[in-house]
Amino acid sequence: MVAEAGGARDGPARPARVVELDIPARADYLDLVRMVVATAASLEPSFADDRIADVRLAVSEACTNAIEAHAALGHADEHDRIVVRCDLADDRIELEVVDQGGGFDLDDLDALPAVEDPERLAFERGLGIGLIRTVTDESEFSTSDVGTVVRLVVYHTRAAPDL
Amino acid sequence: MDLSIQVVERSGRTVLLLAGELDVASAPALRRHLVEVLADGPVDLVADLSGVSFIDSSGLGILVGGVRRTRARGGDLVLCGLEGNVRDVVELTGLDRAFTVRATLEEALAGGG
Repeated sequence: MVAEAGGARDGPARPARVVELDIPARADYLDLVRMVVATAASLEPSFADDRIADVRLAVSEACTNAIEAHAALGHADEHDRIVVRCDLADDRIELEVVDQGGGFDLDDLDALPAVEDPERLAFERGLGIGLIRTVTDESEFSTSDVGTVVRLVVYHTRAAPDL
Repeated sequence: MDLSIQVVERSGRTVLLLAGELDVASAPALRRHLVEVLADGPVDLVADLSGVSFIDSSGLGILVGGVRRTRARGGDLVLCGLEGNVRDVVELTGLDRAFTVRATLEEALAGGG
């Protein structure tokens, strides 16, 4: 669904553009989400290619968490849905990933051993949230045992490093 | 886009040629192939990711598991062909320092094993 919402109609600012996907909480829908979100982002000429890659990765990680949260309930079916909402603003894309899974404890994430430590290879999981935080400009996680809302913001160009 | 996995022999080494997207949907197939290859005996493996256009933490997790299993048997899973966004993600996580990474398949095969 593509909708126009809000925005000044009589000024130079154009209406916000919103794309919303409502998908089953299944891994085989993940490539579709990435494609739609990246395509929506690429409509903006000022969106740098590396930032579109960041958006693809962040939304993939957030949806993977959502899919796994639904699967962990043990009764995932077609009625388990994930909603991905993309708000294309002038200078950034704002993403919201909403699920009704069992949530997770952000404070309970494993601290991974240093990559030089052979023990690091014992951990196949635990990279997703860190990657989201690394590639987005803003990230918020609101999670409970009835679902999670992840809000992500990626600006069109990467902020210049602090000097 | 699915992940294509071809297992071939090159210069006496077992090579997994990967193409497509490596995420939570396709990761189980790669894990299955790695387990099957290791069950056949070889422990010095090469994974050529030059055809991989996307990888996320689920895909990285399978590679971590593959490296751990091969090294536990005295071998290694050498990665090559990491380009663009795939290389960026591996480097963002620091795993390029935990993995053995070579630029090309030729260099990976020249590394012995």
